[in-house]
Amino acid sequence: MTAPFELTDDNVVVVIGTGAGGGVLANELAQKGISVVALEAGGRYLPQDYVNDEWESFGQLAWLDPRTTSGDWRVAKDFSGLPAWIVKAVGGTTTHWAGASLRIQDHEFKAKTTYGNVQGASLLDWPIDPRELDDYYTKAENKLGVTRTGDRPGLPGNNNYKVFEAGAKALGYKDVHTGRMAINADENRDRAMCQQTGFCFQGCKWGAKWSAAYTDIPQGEATGNLEVREKAHVARILHNEAGKVTGVEYFDSDGNLHMQAARVVCVAGNSFESPRMLLNSATSMFPDGLANSSGQVGRNYMRHMTGSVYATFDKPVKMWRGTTMAGIIQDEARHDPSRGFVGGYELETLALGLPFMAAFLDPGGWGREFTSALDSYENMAGMWIVGEDMPQETNRVTLNHDVTDQWGLPVANVHFSDHPNDVAMRDHAYQQGAAVYEAVGATRVFPTPPYPSTHNLGTNRMSENPRDGVVNKWGQTHDIANLYVSDGSQFTTGAAENPTLTIVALAIRQADHLASEMSQGNI
Amino acid sequence: MQDTTGPKGLTRRELLSRSTAAGATFVVGAGFLAAPNAAWAVETTTLKPETFATLVQMARDIYPHDKVGDEFYVVAVKGYDADTTADMVEAGVAGLNAAARGKGHASYLAMGWERDRVDILRGMEDSAFFQQIRGGLVTGLYNQKAVWPIFGYEGASFDQGGYIDRGFNDINWL
Ligand SMILES: Cc1cc2nc3c(=O)[nH]c(=O)nc-3n(C[C@H](O)[C@H](O)[C@H](O)COP(=O)(O)OP(=O)(O)OC[C@H]3O[C@@H](n4cnc5c(N)ncnc54)[C@H](O)[C@@H]3O)c2cc1C
Ligand code: SF4
Repeated sequence: MTAPFELTDDNVVVVIGTGAGGGVLANELAQKGISVVALEAGGRYLPQDYVNDEWESFGQLAWLDPRTTSGDWRVAKDFSGLPAWIVKAVGGTTTHWAGASLRIQDHEFKAKTTYGNVQGASLLDWPIDPRELDDYYTKAENKLGVTRTGDRPGLPGNNNYKVFEAGAKALGYKDVHTGRMAINADENRDRAMCQQTGFCFQGCKWGAKWSAAYTDIPQGEATGNLEVREKAHVARILHNEAGKVTGVEYFDSDGNLHMQAARVVCVAGNSFESPRMLLNSATSMFPDGLANSSGQVGRNYMRHMTGSVYATFDKPVKMWRGTTMAGIIQDEARHDPSRGFVGGYELETLALGLPFMAAFLDPGGWGREFTSALDSYENMAGMWIVGEDMPQETNRVTLNHDVTDQWGLPVANVHFSDHPNDVAMRDHAYQQGAAVYEAVGATRVFPTPPYPSTHNLGTNRMSENPRDGVVNKWGQTHDIANLYVSDGSQFTTGAAENPTLTIVALAIRQADHLASEMSQGNI
Repeated sequence: MQDTTGPKGLTRRELLSRSTAAGATFVVGAGFLAAPNAAWAVETTTLKPETFATLVQMARDIYPHDKVGDEFYVVAVKGYDADTTADMVEAGVAGLNAAARGKGHASYLAMGWERDRVDILRGMEDSAFFQQIRGGLVTGLYNQKAVWPIFGYEGASFDQGGYIDRGFNDINWL
């Protein structure tokens, strides 16, 4: 049941974006009896709508509004208009995501202290003690139904995992298993059991994988306290003379502009759109954009040090069968500078279908070197590398005033260049990944470059000192008390782990904080 | 297909005769291309048949899969046989033929060895024409459902109940 709130109702919390951060926050607030209007740029798609077809699904779910790129990352050359592979839909990128759900390690919350001064990196410690998050991580794992946490068993290994595991064991890796996944591995839970269909990135048609689209959002709506307005694209956030935010302006699907009043605004549009909205909200009072007295809005963009290793064998693997990403080697996730870099990385199984493999194996590649790899597609195994990348002030999201979107709004330009630490870590991971497959007889290995970003972090980062970042430990902007950031753009540093479990834990925690601040009348 | 040397341009008749003689894929008639074994046929509406035949060869040279028949490459580039792209393609193919003549061949299609044709493509790799054709093929070729079984890819699985009972973990050689 939806709860229609008046546009003039200035008692509501407006949440912008309904993905991992916004979708969870909206539900958690609604459960506490707080009135929420969630504005979502995309439409609503549910399991019956998802398609087991990579490009068709991409066309259905992906964010395809224009963006531009710069910097020396290869994505700027190969996918210049597509810096990120993320979703525009109710539920956000949790429709696409694979479900890998890992806690950030204690030392990673203290990146500056642990790694010391890394030249060119704008490292900070998170303003959160890891112990403050323990209970929230547990709540997040229970909400998402993460395997190998609580009483939940692990998923069975598929073909791609078995190759990966055999290679890992042959190499002496110890911490190897089918992952901590937000995918049901057994019956008798509130979601179906994974049927190993193998299209986790295209939206799980069984609903076995957690997605806000069919869990938190309908749960929130059922309370009567949450209204989700889909195809509602927020253009800017408004404020009064006292410097408090008062509401937002958004376009509906017909291009009509509306104003929704708000008591509190929470921005959760993922790490390109969240800073873009703050920057597009500039006024004479806040000429550099909202919450930007530090000049940090849009800066320190992180996307994880990523890459993939695919390998071909002399016999079939059929890696596309079964879960897309249920397999992990965690031995390299430690901080061990003797490897020639700070921080660590995870190796996770990954399968792409033939159409995506052709697009991503070696973008721009052609000729027999390329096609002979695809000829062995059936005999291919694959893994993804995800490691901590260094925050750099110059890696940033800015407004590109030369390019506007369908609403006439300047688009986000995404500038990124690898830090030398990222390059050293990627080279190490390529070697280790290749060694895993060579240990079980790979005939060829392919160190595959990063895809358009799936993890986007840091562009409104948390900091103890208002000078160094945009939000405090609660995601509340340093400058404006009733303006919050609720998505991955809050991350102070990236850590080696896939980010979503932490985004969800922070959203649950932020809901508690907001409820308490509101009841005390502080906001 | 044999190499011809002279710098003269290729007439439709020559293409027809050489193609047929060498058992190559194309028989070219007026606006009409067909496989010698009649596995497929296509009518061009805007592009010259020789141009289209060259485009198909170029597509195969960019993404050569010996197990994949020409009909899939034809489908992948058929969209260029349209008013909006005809000039671009005619000019691009003229460029290929000019490069072939520069190397002493009658035309791009007349070059018998893939490596000689690929040399020409390498030389124009950064051109807008090459990049458009290559980029379009990534989806034009590999996103044809009919091509997937040739690579062993099984496509959608939900309608068959996933792989839980259909071999998600059936690997037997480790
Ligand atoms: C293929 C893929 C696989 C992934 N696998 C994993 C994984 O295994 N583990 C993991 O931890 N993470 C994974 N991720 C990443 C994960 O999906 C993201 O980290 C997470 O969804 C980010 O949450 P978010 O709330 O920041 O943004 P999103 O989930 O992207 O939600 C943002 C929402 O805001 C909306 N929005 C943006 N701008 C506006 C606006 N102006 N007005 C209104 N609405 C707006 C968008 O439409 C979108 O719905 C994966 C991502 C992809 C693409
Ligand atoms: S493999 Fe499992 S989790 Fe992934 S889409 Fe299929 S049923 Fe869902």
